[in-house]
Amino acid sequence: MLSLGSVGAKSTKPSFVSYVTPEEIKLEKEPPKKLKHPDLLPGEVEFCSANPILKYTQDDLSQRGVFGTLFCTNFRITFISDEKSQEETTKTFKNKLYGENDIPLMFVDHIYGVYDEKRKLITGALVKNKYPSKIIIHCKDLRVFQFCLTYTKEEDAKKIFQGIAHHCLEEKSLKCVFAFSYTGTPSPEMQRKRETILFDSPEDWTQEMKRTKANCRLVTENENFELSQRLPKYFVIPSALGDLFSYQGKGFPIWCWSHYSGCALFKASLPPVTQEDGDFQKHFDIMINAVAHNYLYSAKTEDLSESLPTIQDIQQSYNKFKQFFLIENSTDFWLSDMKWFSSLESSGWLDIIRQCLQKAVEVVECLEKDNTNVLITEEEGTDLCCVISSLVQIMLDPYYRTLMGFQSLVQKEWVAGCHAFLDRCNHLHQKDKECYSPVFLLFLECVWQLVQQHSPAFQFSETYLTVLSDSVHMPVFSTFLFNSAHHRESVLKHQRQLSLPSTAFKTPFKKGFFKDETDSLKKMLRVKRLSRWMGSPDSTAAISREFYESWQQRPLDYHGLLLPCLDGPAVRVWMQRYLRWIPEVHILGGGSVAVMTKLMELLSQVQDLKRVLEQRDSSQAAKPDHRPYIQHRLLSFGSSGRLPSSFPFAYSRNRSFKPIIPTGLMQCLMLTDSLASQEDEASSFVSLV
Amino acid sequence: IESLKMEPLADVAMLPGEERVIDKDIIYICPFNAAVKGKVFITNYRLYFKNTDSTPVTLDVPLGVISRVEKMGGASSRGENSYGLEITCKDMRNLRFALKQEGHSRRDIFEIIFKYAFPLSHGMQLFAFLSQEKYEENGWNVYEAMEEYRRQVLPNSEWRVTFINKNYELCDTYPTILVVPYKATDEDLRRVAAFRSRCRIPVLSWFHKENHAVIMRCSQPLVGMSGKRNKDDERYLDLIREANGTTKLTIYDARPNVNAVANKATGGGYEGDDAYQNAELVFLDIHNIHVMRESLKKLKDIVYPNVEESHWLSSLESTHWLEHIKLVLSGAIQVADKVSSGSSVVVHCSDGWDRTAQLTSLAMLMLDSYYRTLRGFQVLLEKEWISFGHKFASRIGHGDKNHADQDRSPIFLQFIDCVWQMTKQFPTAFEFNERLLVVILDHLYSCRFGTFLYNCESARESNNVRGKTVSLWSFVNSDTSLYINPFFTPESSRVLYPVASMRHLELWVTYYIRWNPRILHQQQSPVEQRYKELLAVRDQYLKKLEELQLSDSTHLTNSSTPNAATPNQHITHLQTPF
Repeated sequence: MLSLGSVGAKSTKPSFVSYVTPEEIKLEKEPPKKLKHPDLLPGEVEFCSANPILKYTQDDLSQRGVFGTLFCTNFRITFISDEKSQEETTKTFKNKLYGENDIPLMFVDHIYGVYDEKRKLITGALVKNKYPSKIIIHCKDLRVFQFCLTYTKEEDAKKIFQGIAHHCLEEKSLKCVFAFSYTGTPSPEMQRKRETILFDSPEDWTQEMKRTKANCRLVTENENFELSQRLPKYFVIPSALGDLFSYQGKGFPIWCWSHYSGCALFKASLPPVTQEDGDFQKHFDIMINAVAHNYLYSAKTEDLSESLPTIQDIQQSYNKFKQFFLIENSTDFWLSDMKWFSSLESSGWLDIIRQCLQKAVEVVECLEKDNTNVLITEEEGTDLCCVISSLVQIMLDPYYRTLMGFQSLVQKEWVAGCHAFLDRCNHLHQKDKECYSPVFLLFLECVWQLVQQHSPAFQFSETYLTVLSDSVHMPVFSTFLFNSAHHRESVLKHQRQLSLPSTAFKTPFKKGFFKDETDSLKKMLRVKRLSRWMGSPDSTAAISREFYESWQQRPLDYHGLLLPCLDGPAVRVWMQRYLRWIPEVHILGGGSVAVMTKLMELLSQVQDLKRVLEQRDSSQAAKPDHRPYIQHRLLSFGSSGRLPSSFPFAYSRNRSFKPIIPTGLMQCLMLTDSLASQEDEASSFVSLV
Repeated sequence: IESLKMEPLADVAMLPGEERVIDKDIIYICPFNAAVKGKVFITNYRLYFKNTDSTPVTLDVPLGVISRVEKMGGASSRGENSYGLEITCKDMRNLRFALKQEGHSRRDIFEIIFKYAFPLSHGMQLFAFLSQEKYEENGWNVYEAMEEYRRQVLPNSEWRVTFINKNYELCDTYPTILVVPYKATDEDLRRVAAFRSRCRIPVLSWFHKENHAVIMRCSQPLVGMSGKRNKDDERYLDLIREANGTTKLTIYDARPNVNAVANKATGGGYEGDDAYQNAELVFLDIHNIHVMRESLKKLKDIVYPNVEESHWLSSLESTHWLEHIKLVLSGAIQVADKVSSGSSVVVHCSDGWDRTAQLTSLAMLMLDSYYRTLRGFQVLLEKEWISFGHKFASRIGHGDKNHADQDRSPIFLQFIDCVWQMTKQFPTAFEFNERLLVVILDHLYSCRFGTFLYNCESARESNNVRGKTVSLWSFVNSDTSLYINPFFTPESSRVLYPVASMRHLELWVTYYIRWNPRILHQQQSPVEQRYKELLAVRDQYLKKLEELQLSDSTHLTNSSTPNAATPNQHITHLQTPF
């Protein structure tokens, strides 16, 4: 498992930003456990337990298993083996917050009970005095657990089953989420030089506008959420937009990013539907005019709710898709293997990824080639708008391909941008499934495709994305816990408000360049521009094909524009995320991990040599060097080729070769600061994975 | 060196022995751009096209890759560029050329391509016999059967070398040197040959040095409808089993069960339970050459010229190409697993030269790290495929105009694809890279080298291939740096089991879709590039350190620093202080 920084730096509630900080990765030598009780996190409380419980191992067909104790706490379900697990002693990489046998409550996707050989989906409502002989837990990170309750005293079995079902499946209030009980504090070493920009202060936004040379206006009127509770605390709009209070909190074109040419990308929720048709059109016109004013009076608009799948489509597709990876036994695995490709296709998930990337490429083309302002709209403006705007920015702006840049982007577009994480992730197990949809995961999937195709352009690796996709459901961080900025503030009232007096900010920038143009000219320009955009889908596909091809013919610049190849074979399954727990597909000593190990070995050789040379130099200058050595130097040569391809997530057991696990590898898998800074300054963005 | 002296032909360097036949103005109808005006040059080796208008397009196609040439449109055809030639290639592409409609402008070029692409159908020689290329390395020395058997610690007290086939009298499609059970006499071998299809008796392919289990290869037994038995064959298989004390000999029949049964009607069949008491028979369900040919054809349909867009995955599945790859690989895994657990195996299909070669060579690749080196892989191909009579001439149809011949089948391509899948799954286990595999496939068709010509050793010998043609390995081994995988980590004792699941098998895009400019083709993976850069930095540091140490030892005569000569010694020395 991964060894990760555990808690936040800036606020009392940690965020994923501070969570995934590879610089802090430390080896943890855990003392062997004597007590058969879980090591509780600060604030964690044990609810119930049962012993003996048989946990089935997933490695082979025969339903073998290990006996142990099953616990349910306010944070997780955890199983502690009666035997001393070998993994515990050999594992060097583990997640600091949860281990192999831990299921944080929010990770639970579905629970099945086996009653007299029949499998039933457990819902919240339970029949008293009845409990299954076996429970099967499907997790959101795609792990599958199977526990047998028949060896336990009836009373204990009932208690643990009801406890688990209650805490995992019942609708609960936000206050019950473990994050509010967690009392861990950030350690001082968590402080870093380069911070992720959280976009919760006006300065962050002005800085961002400055960075992209944007010519827009910062809105501070929503500081106390007077405009709308669905809008960010601070946001940026076209400078030509007038009185904000007439919009009823909807239909603002919100600035996302400015292209160096001056044109910019905006996103908006649709104006209130209750208005008369004429009003709607009028409102829409004002919106487009304001956007067009931003640069050279041209604007294109795209309603994403019409051209992309709905959030319900996305959810349904993902539900189908994930089933192919929730494998309970070998038989199921091989049965599903033959129809693998058509199954994948029937889920439509890869196609949704392709459509999103395609749409993002179209927007990129408008900005990059036509230098036209773009306004993307959607009912709420916080789902597919976030996906597309984030993707566009990653393709166009190399800053967002760095680790800090990417995290800042997630803050800007998703967290500060009011994506409804709580509803979309269904953290509280609400019965109303309408609003549940893995939109953020879809975004990470699209990013993964880009990382996969152009890995040197990204500072972070796929492992980072995989861990990030898990941490969405990690109830220790508040980052992905709320529906909006207002929601976050109202829940975390005790927190210090990070706002500044609005007087610190200048009033809107000077009026638009084309202010004096006649209305007719504006209209003509707009109609012309819009018509092309609204052209038939075939023609836009052909046009962006041309755009892609001309880009592809140029030499690839990892610091420049980055486009994905979207042909059939190029859009792939995120193997690391989806196959990591399935023992059947682990390649012992193979996969990209084998290459990374080789690379690490060489890197440590080079660093050793460099150090020796430096020491020789300094010894001549009588200045001994006592800097600590970098950990991955401990890699033993010849150990390469022993790690399973699922590293650093799952470890295969029962294999003829027990893998020897080198230490410090995570540094390379996640970040390459040491390499980049030492060998090649020019390519500080280059990632190794 | 003479081999480097080449005449200029437009932009391309001609090979020694290559001669120009015709030049012609022509329009190449490129499926990825549009029609390109240019000039085509035909030599006795290749078709070369160069644009004369502004679109930069060149084609360099060895005539050997052509499987079919057709006239397209007639003198009265309407429409632009409707009159010309359509060329079908064996390497996953088609070429279309248009000519002026007046004056039978295509007649001469059609006839010349037809003649030079199919020389054997016109009483002419393949280019390999005309080539005057010379290399410092002689690739014909890569494989010497005795040397390879000695490497496997053969002969020994259990296995002997027999020269019974020295004049190809026992079996005309086997090599001259065979390894058989020590206890089997030459007379036994003759009697077994009578009961095996085309006399391809079970002979040793590979010997496990530790547990002494063996991989034997052969053809099907001639059981027939009446269920004939042959005591000598039964005893012979028992001798194989006894050699290392295997309790039950496993016979892997590569075919699906039904096909094996159906073969009885034509006199073939499989080893029955009652006749072979100490053996167990396992069918591996790999389909025949015709199924594979159709599968590849379907694959070509969905990738050339355009990649199927709307239903890529289900289209790919419907070709069954990867499914066949999966079956071949999982068959080989079973063979390798059995052998590494100490049991001897016999592998056969019908004739023992297609599926059998795939299974034995892949199992050997998994079991024996030697075959994963650049040289060892060449030996593997020479041994299991070339010397044991995979019918390259029939399967590829070198220089033969009968494009619809039922003997054609991409069995060898399928094997190379399996190897590629293994290299993808184990990126550090192979000394050679993807480029080698592509070069092998290119010259499987090109007819520039003698390596893949003819169906068996006896035919190669009577045509003096070794004397008159150049080996592909001469070409490859003269510049090995192109084919070296920098991540290669030699590991002698490890058995490499690939995961034969559709989850891991992928289409070899850089081979099958390499003509499509839209598909990303990274000449070198970025990680590989970075690795090579680091290697260069390491070597630079090592050099610097060595210089420093050298100057130390000249300054301090009593220096205790060992004067490490090789980089590796340096490294181990440097490791210890920390």
